[in-house]
Amino acid sequence: MSERVPILKIGDVLLVSIQFDLEDQMVMDLQEDLSQRIVDTGAHGVVIDISALEIVDSFVGRMLASTAAISRVLGAETVVVGMRPAVAMTLVELGLSLGGVRTALNLEQGIGELRRSRRNGPVPR
Amino acid sequence: MTNVGDSDRLLGLLTEGREEFTGQWVRSVTSTLAGRLPAAEVQQDLHELYPALLDALRSGGLATRDESYGEVRSLLTELSRNRARQGFSPTETAFSVLSLKDVLEPALTAGEDVRAYLQLARVLDDLGLYTIEVHAKTREEIISAQAEQLLELSTPVVKLWEGVVGVPLVGTLDSARTQVVMEKLLQSLLDLNATHAIVDITGVPAVDTQVAQHLLKTVVAARMMGAECVISGIRPQIAQTIVALGIEFGDITTKATLADALRHALDRIEARGPVEIGGLL
Repeated sequence: MSERVPILKIGDVLLVSIQFDLEDQMVMDLQEDLSQRIVDTGAHGVVIDISALEIVDSFVGRMLASTAAISRVLGAETVVVGMRPAVAMTLVELGLSLGGVRTALNLEQGIGELRRSRRNGPVPR
Repeated sequence: MTNVGDSDRLLGLLTEGREEFTGQWVRSVTSTLAGRLPAAEVQQDLHELYPALLDALRSGGLATRDESYGEVRSLLTELSRNRARQGFSPTETAFSVLSLKDVLEPALTAGEDVRAYLQLARVLDDLGLYTIEVHAKTREEIISAQAEQLLELSTPVVKLWEGVVGVPLVGTLDSARTQVVMEKLLQSLLDLNATHAIVDITGVPAVDTQVAQHLLKTVVAARMMGAECVISGIRPQIAQTIVALGIEFGDITTKATLADALRHALDRIEARGPVEIGGLL
């Protein structure tokens, strides 16, 4: 039985805080749990906090993108928050840009972003 | 030492003609440097060097790698370093030593001292090469020190407004500098809680595909952190080059001046309104 990533509910936003390096099974579990919670709670937004991650590779990058896509299908916007500078630089060097995933500096900004996009539609880049 | 007699006679001649040789030597060196170095400095250098050379010849003979040449070497090191810093060429530096051959030639090749002269010439050649070596090393040190300074000097990140940071880039972007700029920019986004970054390229002399690639990387990295990035300071010629090269900046906002970019950022911040999270709870 592998560990599961906790999913917290704050109002109509779900908060996923990833505290350790993920393995394949945990990612599968997380996506399953998250989609179930979105349906159950009718949440309109998901915040994924990766401020504890020191290493983000293409695997985690793909995980973030697919999680965002799943949430969007279920009607919830996803914002990835708290990426560290070193992580951003590594991803750029790897040629990954996390296209299609919205990002914010920290949890506060992320929730603000979700709230804004709910009020007046997604902010165009 | 193969022939003690030769060496003794050589030393005798050098000691005897000491004043005369040094004077000629100073004149010869001063004339090649064409007044770019004060004669007094040349005189001081060579007046120290000549006796040191005599001492070395007396105790160490012709083995220039020997310890007895330590004094001569340290004097030459200092001389070459100074010349390198003052911008003299390696030839001019080496000539400070090699011109002693010209000075001694008439005096030493007149009689049967040709052999002694040739031996001395070999010593002076060695010392000349040594000065070139030191000269080159000093130049390298200067260049690497300057490169380091440039890297430090040219990458400031400034806070322009609440939530807006600016990076005025000066000079050509290479991968090493991009790395430093990116690191500083991303860290300051975090430290200042900035949601907008402006990369100003007014000071970048030319934008080719390489530089554009590095700019794009910086912008993409800032975006992944959750900040919007604007490129400003694009001069008309650079805009033309960018289009001619077919460089695509995609959906990245670009502005002509830093002022435009700042206005754009402030408009965006205003449009977003303050961060409200209370209502969600």
